[in-house]
Amino acid sequence: MSGIPTIQIKNLNKTFGTGDGAVVALDDINLSIFQGEIFGIIGLSGAGKSTLVRCINLLERPTTGSVIFEGSDITSYSDNELRKVRQSIGMIFQGFNLLMQRNSLDNVCFPLELAGVSRKEAIARAKELLKTVGLSDKEKAYPAQLSGGQKQRVAIARALATKPKVLLCDEATSALDPTTTQSILALLKELNQKLGLTIIIITHEMKVIEQICNRVAIIDNSRIGEIGTVDDVFRHPKTIAAKKLIFPTGEYTEKISGDGKYLRLVFEGNSADRPIIANMILKCGAPVSIVFANTKNIDGQVFGHMIIKLPDDDEVVRKISAYLEMEKITYSEEKDYV
Amino acid sequence: MFKEGMLALMGQGLLETLYMTIVSTVMAYIIGLPVGMLLVVTDKEGIRPSPTINRIVGGIVNVLRSVPFIILLVAVMPVTRFIAGTSIGSTATIVPLVIAAAPFVARLVESSAKEVDRGVIEASLSMGASTMEVVLKVLLPEAKPSLIVGAAIATTTILGYSAMSGFVGGGGLGNIAINYGYYRSQTDIMLVMVLILVVIVQIFQEIGNMIANKCDKRIR
Repeated sequence: MSGIPTIQIKNLNKTFGTGDGAVVALDDINLSIFQGEIFGIIGLSGAGKSTLVRCINLLERPTTGSVIFEGSDITSYSDNELRKVRQSIGMIFQGFNLLMQRNSLDNVCFPLELAGVSRKEAIARAKELLKTVGLSDKEKAYPAQLSGGQKQRVAIARALATKPKVLLCDEATSALDPTTTQSILALLKELNQKLGLTIIIITHEMKVIEQICNRVAIIDNSRIGEIGTVDDVFRHPKTIAAKKLIFPTGEYTEKISGDGKYLRLVFEGNSADRPIIANMILKCGAPVSIVFANTKNIDGQVFGHMIIKLPDDDEVVRKISAYLEMEKITYSEEKDYV
Repeated sequence: MFKEGMLALMGQGLLETLYMTIVSTVMAYIIGLPVGMLLVVTDKEGIRPSPTINRIVGGIVNVLRSVPFIILLVAVMPVTRFIAGTSIGSTATIVPLVIAAAPFVARLVESSAKEVDRGVIEASLSMGASTMEVVLKVLLPEAKPSLIVGAAIATTTILGYSAMSGFVGGGGLGNIAINYGYYRSQTDIMLVMVLILVVIVQIFQEIGNMIANKCDKRIR
């Protein structure tokens, strides 16, 4: 990642309301998103991620701070300039938001109409886009006649009509079933690779991030909890928010309670194939118990996570730590959980 | 039951009624449609919130809507005379009809436009639509079926008002019903007039619903 970021968010704050009723939605957000990357923004509901994505194209005006798109601060733009910029920033939504009284083709033509493109050119471009998203046979269909996945494809075609540099996805797969989600994510990835489209994905689902994002920012309580490449954040989640997202609540967090020492181990690549735990128990004479374990596939790489409970014996704990370091297994102690 | 010439009188009454209703409805929409849209756009949840404009326009609409039509009819007579040159007859009646119907139409339009999904408006703003473009290319077309149903309601309401104007010499079927049926106690004529009005209302409402259903792409 180098050069000028496509989108840069600087010291951004957003407060709704004033006085005693004021609610801070975003608190000092700083982000740089580069050309061609798929950037994920994940957080639990109410964390402020939807507000953040709306601040990028200024559907929401930030209270303070700036949004810099391709080097210029768009928060200082006039309404007219802003409307022009928005043609370079496409957006898709959880609820698709298609015009219900227009068919697929005319929906895709809509942004071109706004951009002042002639009807003939608009139709040609719309047909080509519907072909790209695999809906050539649905040109004349109205949204009410399409499935959720098809509607989102039309919405993607529409968002791409004005050849934007950036595509904002606000929970774009949250209303879709798992299979359809997969196909939409695959389409986004394909568009990213084919067109060099920069994509910003807002989601509350870790699997969306795992599957297609290069980098991720975790929003927690209106602030950015942590930010980094997806496998980095996955390997060493620093904040509780990140851990909660990586391990769905209930599977993990509630089990760590009471006394004792817990270790979180991360297996990656070939270490996932070796009998690490079995050897550890044999070599250290340590009767550990496994509290939680799962594996995830991040961008083709297999990651395993395991939480083990250690015996209450400092000597054994030292031995285990030494063994894990020798085997080059990433581990960390887990304690501050509720 | 009918004396000679009654049929011709009725025919003329029917034409006058249709004339008043249709012209008034069209004019009420010329005023009410933009006012209704102004109310939606300046609403605090609208795309150009302006509490001041919204409160003033909304206030005027409410005042006009709360004056009973029969009182408005008499109260605006000077205005009617100024605009139409007379206060009697069907052309003159159009003036109070429009004054009474336009605010009603504005509210109908407002409620139809508010049915449009907020997300669709947001999406069009994200594509760079201006306020005017949102109104003309999103709110109006997306609310079309509901606007048409509203127009049928407005037309039938104006038809009812136009009949009421018969009391002050407004012309049309209402005038015949009052002059012959009420003042001359010819109940049969009054009943026939009411029956014709019922049939016209039915027809307008049916046509409205039919067009609305036909143009609504959400069903099917």
